[in-house]
This record gives sequence, C-alpha cells and structure tokens, in this order.
Amino acid sequence: MKTEDLIGALVADNATRTEPLGATMAAAAAIAALASGLSFWLFLGPRPDVAAAIATPRFVMKFVECAALGLAAGLTAQATLRPVADRHLARIGRIGLVTAVALVVIGVIVEGILVPPADWRSRLVGTNWFHCLTLVPLLAAPAFVVLMAAARHGASTMPGRTGAVVGLTAGAIGAFFYAANCTDDSPLFVATWYTLAIAATGLLGALIGRRVLGW
Amino acid sequence: MRAALDGDAAAYRRLLDALTPVLRAGAMRGLTRAGVGTADMEDVVQETLLALHLKRHTWDRTQPLMPWVVTVARHKLVDGLRRRGRRIELPVADFEEILAAPDERDPTEARDVDRLLGRLAPRQRDIVRSITVEDRSIAATADRLGMSEGAVRVALHRGLKALAAFSGSMT
Repeated sequence: MKTEDLIGALVADNATRTEPLGATMAAAAAIAALASGLSFWLFLGPRPDVAAAIATPRFVMKFVECAALGLAAGLTAQATLRPVADRHLARIGRIGLVTAVALVVIGVIVEGILVPPADWRSRLVGTNWFHCLTLVPLLAAPAFVVLMAAARHGASTMPGRTGAVVGLTAGAIGAFFYAANCTDDSPLFVATWYTLAIAATGLLGALIGRRVLGW
Repeated sequence: MRAALDGDAAAYRRLLDALTPVLRAGAMRGLTRAGVGTADMEDVVQETLLALHLKRHTWDRTQPLMPWVVTVARHKLVDGLRRRGRRIELPVADFEEILAAPDERDPTEARDVDRLLGRLAPRQRDIVRSITVEDRSIAATADRLGMSEGAVRVALHRGLKALAAFSGSMT
C-alpha cells in the first residue's frame, strides 16, 4: 500500500469523530464508582451500627484515606494517558499520593500513642482481615474493568505504570465502599490489610496494563 | 490539527501530507542509528500515521502539536524495532534471489501493511482496499458494495483499528 493511499483512508475516516480523552475518562470514573457502589449495596451493605460509627474519627478516617488515594491515583493515571504526559496533572497526582500515604502514616502514629502496646497486635489483626483481602478486590473488580477499558482509549507510553495506577484507583474505590461494611477501624488494621488489598489490585493493573494498554 | 479535529478534511490532508516527510526523515534516522537498514522505513511511517490518526484525541489542544507527534513517532519506531528484532528474516538461500532480482518496488510502498490487509475480515478488507489502494471515496465504495455510507464509515474505522492492532501484535 502506498503511503498517500493510506493518508486518503485516514482523511476519509476523519468523518468518524473521536471522543475527547478527558470526557471519556470522566465518564468512566463516574461509571466505575457507580458500578462498585451498586455491587456494594446489592451484595454487602453497610455494617449494622453505621449510624453510631459515623461519629467516630477512626471510621471517618478510612473514607478520607481511600478517597485521597483514589483521587490521586486517578489523576495520575489520567496524566499518563497522553503520549506527552500532562505535567501539571502529574504533579497534582504526586502530591495527592504523598498526602494519602502521609494520612495513613499519621493515623498509625496517633493510634500507636493512644493505644497501649499490649493491644497493638489485636488491633492490627482485627477480626475481618480475610474479608478485607477478598472483598476489597471483589468490590474493585467492576471499577477495574470499566477504568481499564476506558484507558485503552488513551495512549500511554508506559502501559505497565499506567495500568498500575488504574489498578490502584479501582482498589481505592473498592476499599472506600468496603470500609462502610468493615468493623475494624483501627489505623493499624487499615494500614496493613487495606494497603495489601489495594496493592494487589495495583499489581494486577500493572500486569494487565502491559498487555492491554499497548498501541 | 485543530481544524482537522473539528472535521475539516482538507486541513487534515494538508497536515498529514506535511507530516509524512518529517516522519520519513525521523524513521530513516532512527532505523539507521539502530543499524537495521532502511528497507522498513515506509512501514514505520505508515504505522506511525495510523497511530497518529487513531490516537489524535490524545493530543491536548492547548499544547503545541509537534512534541506530541514526535513522541508518538518515537513510540512507534521503538515498537517497530523491537518487533523486527524478534523477527528473523532472510534465510541464507533467499540471498541469491535478492541478488538476482533487485528490489524495484516503489519506495513509498509498504509491505507489512499489505500483509496485514490480508488478515482483515473479507468485508473490511474490501472496504479498506477500495478506499486506500483503489482510491475511491466513501460514497463510491458504498455504492459499489451496496452498503450505506454509514456502514462503510464504521467498517473503515474498524478496519484501520484492526490494522493498527495487528501491527502491534505482529511477531
């Protein structure tokens, strides 16, 4: 095929308009959150004492941490979806990621001060760690699929890294909803098991991203 | 490119025509530096044009165009080199043939993309071939194949996407 013929076809195909990347990803983020939220309401639901829990700082902290991580990872993913990465957005994402990690670390330190060392172990192990490790990825799964599919519309020059932050975003969304069901509120528990579960979705994102985000 | 994204076909053609020599020079330099010879240059150029086209919405309108073009071109060049590195061509016996029959093909013709055309579904292949090689318009193609213009448009778009996907997975 001659190059000028190919150009002719590309020009003809310009009649098929392409969706702006920002609009696609914004819609995907909304659908992802909705899909995971819906799974939560259908299969899990909030814990029985949620009305009382909402007044305790430890419970609220879980949502703040998950939301911070989800937003930061989402913005970072969005920044790398263009071949020429959006530096401004990437910077905001980096600051957000550092903030999210700082929140978790501060939570752990404060908990360490408030709770006597003899209780650390029982707080850390909690009662639901197995639920946490399985339900967070399961709740993250719908968001994961939606976000990864939308990310294919982009053009990342680093598919593995973009896949990882897409996975982290989905993991944070899953953890956000799971947090409403989980009765373990200690920052020691959150820093261990939530982190492990979200890291697993990030790793899966990196592996899948390398396969499906190439172009 | 802004006009092209808003649907101006003439502006889009001018842009792609203007970019092609730049891409050719870049591909030439890249292939030479990698020491693999420039026989595949036009394939790299065509794969890059396809990528630029299919990913044109990833250019941020508020930013200059060329850094984006260069990044896409570099990505496709690296991609092409990696693939060609894996592909072991030229069994020794072929050398005689090559020596006997010097390559007389048009330098602006690419072979890989032709081979990829063969992997498309028959209908898609008909449509892509009709618009590229046979240089028909969408309307004329629709007429000839007895399809609606909308259907031809969709098939062309899918066909181009499939071409790009094949070239990415080609081993």
